[in-house]
Amino acid sequence: MDSFLAQYIDPYYLRILVLIGINLILALGLNIITGVTGQLSMGHAGFMSIGAYTSAILSMQFGYPYFLSLLAGALMAALFGFLIGIPTLRLEGDYLAMVTIGFAEIIKVFFLNFEPGGKAVGLSGIPQNTTFVIVWVIVLIVIILNARLLRTRMGRAFYAIRENEIAAESCGINTTRLKVLAFTIGSFLGGLGGGLYAHYMYFIRPQDFAFMKSIELLNMVVLGGMGSIPGTILGTTILTLAPEMLRVVAEYRLLFYGALLVILMIFRPNGLLGDIRIYDIKKRFRKKEVETCRS
Amino acid sequence: MPILELKDVTQEFGGLRALNAVNLTVEEKQIFGIIGPNGAGKTTLFNIITGIYVPTQGELLFKNEIINKTPPYTVARMGIARTFQNIRLFNKLSVLDNVKVGSHGVTRAGVFGNMLGLPASRREEKELTEKAQLLLHLVGLYEKRWEYADSLAYGEQRRLEIARALALNPTLLLLDEPAAGMNSSEKVDLMELIHKIRDDKNLTILLVEHDMNLVMNICEQIAVLEYGKKIAEGPPEIVKNNKKVIRSYLGVEA
Amino acid sequence: MFWEQLLNGLTLGSTYALIALGYTMVYGIIQLINFAHGEIYMFGAFVGLFLVSVAGVNIFIALLGAMAFCMVLGMLVEKVAYRPLRGKSTRLSALISAIGVSIFLSTLMALIRGTNTTRYPEVMQIHTYNLGLIEISSLQLIILLVSAFLMVGLQMMVQRTTIGKAMRACSQDLEASYLMGINVNRVISFTFAIGSALAAAGGVMVGLYYNAVWPYMGMMAGLKAFAAAVLGGIGSIPGAMIGGVTLGVLEIFGVAYLSSSYKDAIAFAVLILVLIIRPQGIMGQKISKKV
Repeated sequence: MDSFLAQYIDPYYLRILVLIGINLILALGLNIITGVTGQLSMGHAGFMSIGAYTSAILSMQFGYPYFLSLLAGALMAALFGFLIGIPTLRLEGDYLAMVTIGFAEIIKVFFLNFEPGGKAVGLSGIPQNTTFVIVWVIVLIVIILNARLLRTRMGRAFYAIRENEIAAESCGINTTRLKVLAFTIGSFLGGLGGGLYAHYMYFIRPQDFAFMKSIELLNMVVLGGMGSIPGTILGTTILTLAPEMLRVVAEYRLLFYGALLVILMIFRPNGLLGDIRIYDIKKRFRKKEVETCRS
Repeated sequence: MPILELKDVTQEFGGLRALNAVNLTVEEKQIFGIIGPNGAGKTTLFNIITGIYVPTQGELLFKNEIINKTPPYTVARMGIARTFQNIRLFNKLSVLDNVKVGSHGVTRAGVFGNMLGLPASRREEKELTEKAQLLLHLVGLYEKRWEYADSLAYGEQRRLEIARALALNPTLLLLDEPAAGMNSSEKVDLMELIHKIRDDKNLTILLVEHDMNLVMNICEQIAVLEYGKKIAEGPPEIVKNNKKVIRSYLGVEA
Repeated sequence: MFWEQLLNGLTLGSTYALIALGYTMVYGIIQLINFAHGEIYMFGAFVGLFLVSVAGVNIFIALLGAMAFCMVLGMLVEKVAYRPLRGKSTRLSALISAIGVSIFLSTLMALIRGTNTTRYPEVMQIHTYNLGLIEISSLQLIILLVSAFLMVGLQMMVQRTTIGKAMRACSQDLEASYLMGINVNRVISFTFAIGSALAAAGGVMVGLYYNAVWPYMGMMAGLKAFAAAVLGGIGSIPGAMIGGVTLGVLEIFGVAYLSSSYKDAIAFAVLILVLIIRPQGIMGQKISKKV
């Protein structure tokens, strides 16, 4: 299938599309934690690295089949998300942010000293099983499940926690449990994205999952509009494309990237799509109907 | 039969004693009012009942069960719903979703059911929507169900909080200054609403309010708090003529 | 050995504390994690280097020059990237804006100076004094004295002056301060200026001490200083000092007695443990939930 696509699409573009897909899975996971539930996580790359290393080592050194090692990587990340979430999600706002940064840094240092992971040199020779089709099929599944979750009971409860924790408790929501749950789901997607990344890149090292990567993912969620799936898709696409587009300005690339973040936030402080959800669009249509009836 | 009992409940914050050995018995199906000047400890009382604070001393019984240390979400699931003095809605959710969240404690669908759209979860969601719509009709906000909660007017937000609380199918409803910020015609509507929900939903209502007229009109039993102490209790006509109450409110020797 | 390590830890810790103060003061007033703060510190180090090596001035003059430069830079950053967002956005948008500034400034310096490490020139003769238990170098002495001087000065300013009082008022309640006639924008601007000057002083001294500056030095130093601020209890000025020194000492001891390959993890591991046991930090006050 990919070789078929490669006849029509330039490999360079195909590669960008794959990267957008992987970033989408990562960002949608972070969106559940930060965008929807409102728990600021600045260490998402840490979960990504757990998924990447777990799956890469399983398929390289233990001969696990591709999908099984992907799943194992995602589950391992989810397990860590769960274990870290329990004691830390009592912390509020920026304290939690700091703990997530710290956790990701510790994970990075761990992999820098991790013999089976090749220490600072990293792992190379990971089988390149991740293809365009696999990535985008998974992206579609993730988006559909995500959308369903967010418009029903548990998803609404996640939003409620973000909006007002005390009121959420008064509605019978066990906020601590649900925060840990959101964190676990988000970490699972982080691990999944990491596994896909490792099996696409052929080569991973601890620096790939440093603080900047976490920040990049957070930018994708906030830029599009917190908690909105279309927003996350838009933000991820723009910020994955931006460095590529900015290649023309060569070494000034990051300068523009930094300035872009500031400018976008000044002009669209609540993200590009604000908090647009499906019913906003429905509402718009509804209003039109009413108006045409009147006129 | 009493639905809620407070026995010698005391609450201290640091050195400050917000509630001092308060005894209170609320009978089933009663509309019970708590009045008192600012800082008398009325909202503190609500926060103790709903599990946000753990009382320093004393005992708290709901349907003969001790709920001193029960966390807020469990208290809610046991059937105590509340509104807040400083409105606490889910601002960036629609009016309809606010009410649906209110049902969280009495619904069951889990993450997997929701994600996979399992039949039980779908059925529950459908029932939830219908119930929420009915409640919005009841408080007169059905037309605004797609609006963001924070785009509603003040009085509407208070009514939305009531609808959200009712979504929990409570047996005891706590209303914290439901009439605050309302004009007189809105207050009349509110009184009607409170009577109606008590009769329709068969529940007990405990309310804190500053508006004397409203309290005297709808409450069957009233307790008066001052500086964390209960200074009087009884039906409206008795409380109205209590010397201590008059002194507390008018500040003169009667 | 122990005393020497303790001294090294104190020296490193006092530079963390200088940077942490900027985080904590800004956070105390506008609840923003100013991610560009690490880059201000980096700019301080480079401006100091420039003044010493190109302009050839005395190191203390260079320190003052770097502080002055960063004061202006800090105020400029606040004005351009944070003020337009204030009041109309979530705190997270301001955070992203801060991250944007951080990326911008470090890239800017990399473009100007290249990404390689630059060495500080020999600015003074380094003497070593023997104090019985320990030997202290003149450089360490300078760092400790300058840091102590700046911190005492800051504490006096916050406690005794009018602008200090205004800062404390703003950190209690920004809106009420505004209503009481305090020029909130000026106080915030001033806070950024002071915080940036302290970070610049830290930058110059770290440059001298480790004899190396590079454009991306702000990232890790900033993260650790922020960790120090949180450790001490964010928003608390004495907390930032204690947190910074504690973190510096622990890090040096960790490297000396455990393993140097886990250096960067030590600070964060300590932080996480402390927060789990004491969620409000060492000096922070527990804020009870308002209902």
